[in-house]
Amino acid sequence: MLTYTIRRLVLAIPTLLFISFIIFLIVKLSPSDPTAGLPLTIPPEVREQIRESLGVNQPVLVQYFRWLQLMMWNEPLHLLEGWTGWEIAPDGPRVISYQTRSPVMDLIMQRMPQTLWVVGVSYIVGILIALPIGIISAYRQYSWFDQIGTFISMLGFSVPTFFTGVLFIVIFAVNLGWFPSVYDTTHVVTDWDSFIVQIKQIIMPVMVLGLFNASQISRFMRASMLDNLNQDYVRTARAKGLTERVVVLVHVLRNSMIPVVTVIALNVPAVFGGAIITEQVFKVNGIGQLLIIAIQGGDIPVVQTVSFIFAVLIVLFNLLADVLYGVLDPRIRYD
Amino acid sequence: MFDTTNAKKLVEVRGLKMYFPIRTGLLRKHTGDVKAVDDVSFDIFEGETLGLVGESGCGKSTCGRAILRLYEPTEGSIKIDGVEIAQTDFNSLRKMRPTMQMVFQDPQASLNPRMTLAGIIGEPLSEHSKMTSDERLARIYELMDAVGLNRDFANRYPHEFSGGQRQRIGIARALALNPKFIVCDEPIAALDVSIQAQVVNLLEDLQEKFGLTYLFISHDLSMVRHIADRVAVMYLGKVAELAPRDEIYADPLHPYTKALLSAVPEPDPVAHDTANRTILQGDVPSPANPPQGCNFCTRCPVVMDICKQIEPQFQEVRPGRFVACHLYENTTKTAEKVA
Repeated sequence: MLTYTIRRLVLAIPTLLFISFIIFLIVKLSPSDPTAGLPLTIPPEVREQIRESLGVNQPVLVQYFRWLQLMMWNEPLHLLEGWTGWEIAPDGPRVISYQTRSPVMDLIMQRMPQTLWVVGVSYIVGILIALPIGIISAYRQYSWFDQIGTFISMLGFSVPTFFTGVLFIVIFAVNLGWFPSVYDTTHVVTDWDSFIVQIKQIIMPVMVLGLFNASQISRFMRASMLDNLNQDYVRTARAKGLTERVVVLVHVLRNSMIPVVTVIALNVPAVFGGAIITEQVFKVNGIGQLLIIAIQGGDIPVVQTVSFIFAVLIVLFNLLADVLYGVLDPRIRYD
Repeated sequence: MFDTTNAKKLVEVRGLKMYFPIRTGLLRKHTGDVKAVDDVSFDIFEGETLGLVGESGCGKSTCGRAILRLYEPTEGSIKIDGVEIAQTDFNSLRKMRPTMQMVFQDPQASLNPRMTLAGIIGEPLSEHSKMTSDERLARIYELMDAVGLNRDFANRYPHEFSGGQRQRIGIARALALNPKFIVCDEPIAALDVSIQAQVVNLLEDLQEKFGLTYLFISHDLSMVRHIADRVAVMYLGKVAELAPRDEIYADPLHPYTKALLSAVPEPDPVAHDTANRTILQGDVPSPANPPQGCNFCTRCPVVMDICKQIEPQFQEVRPGRFVACHLYENTTKTAEKVA
């Protein structure tokens, strides 16, 4: 298992280099101009000088390797210094955002907690809702519970979050006035009252995203349970004289969780990526919103860096999912 | 030969019916039943092996599972060791489980892939007895010895074993709680021929050692001839004939039994070529829509008019020999019934 993991990690390096290059090319190919957002009164010569200073007139390959060099060496050292306090970061240049003129990594670090908090909680809530629904739906297949669960899952699947988000705002914020429509990231929880305020403002984004996650995972759970419920070993378990609870929760569920756990692991990078649209709807200033603003402003370093970090996470969690499969299923061995 | 005259009845099945509902249409209305087992009655005596034979889809396995209440029987009574189990509630049934066990057909699928061998064999022990973990392990080793599995295998998973070894695990599991009655549901069908003999001999040894009673379900007539004391022949959800082994193989009464036995391959080429085989025409009717009268009337080589109208009674025509066929009934009596 360890050699397998190490081999996969080594193989991930060329993969990620390739991905970073493709991302870089795609972003460069887009017809955005970092000076387009500047006032029209700026004379063309000055504009050209600004472009020159940003380095966008250099050959694409040169730009790529400069970015790569910073991304691979300087930025990780800065990150490490930020976490540990060791003074190891080099003084040299960093990947700078065109719009804010601050290092991209700092921007990401500022945005990350909000995203992890809102999207992460919604993911966990989604899983917690989805698992029991999936289990009961499968156990009572075609019952009313299953039919209603299927209907709601289909809704959650097919209705996009920009619609459910706005719908929730109209119903719960505008008409009923229960929850605020904007998520205030400056809010600090100090006592019970501020905790209530935090709960109130997080409920709507969490529900919108949780509905989407739950519909996906509950379908997986249901399908996987159904696969296993009709297996012969379940009949063996009943013949052993086990209680129905043990049969379902120990024998069936443990075997059904294998594919579900990997699906859950594979979707974790999306949590870090933030929910671009939902963050926009509820004004959560997380990673998703950072990415949208960067795309709108032609802020190439931010787009590139954020996309690259997603790619790293996706590769890592794919590996994690594969390793988990090996841990959970004794029939699968990696040597 | 097993003597049935003064043996105690361990299993009594009376009028067992197992119908699976057919639901069709938008509202899934109940429009019919697949009559997998339709009014079956027989006894199994303590210590004997009853062979249950028949072609695919005739309801053998369903019958075996229904007897252990792995299905909810539609109707009928099943008494095992004097206790009625057809209608008992789930909890008292659960406490009955140690008495009756099952060896399943597919040794691969019937073992939980995520449990070790010790877990599989030990689970019924922890569920039904108050053993400490040391006692349990000792019992697991004892069972593994009994079925001829190396003790070092205790922490391995089912996929690491061959088919024959897996079936041994299944047998050890079934034996764990000292059952009296074991339903062997085609235990050798999924195994290589060389392994089949090993498993069947193991089952025989265990029967002798622990005084077990078997219901041995199989479509392998030669194997049933080897292991069974009495043989029941099923056709389309009903028992056509039930008789002691030697008599049924020497002198089958029911036309279906005759046809079935004549289909057993003959190893001697000369005898094979000259054998007078009864080849049945047509297909087995659907169990959802069985023919009127005798189930076998659509394919019977000696069919009579009465067979298409009246269902023959399953009755004892000679001592120990039961058959459901108009050929052996008191015809005058049935003729009166028709009139």
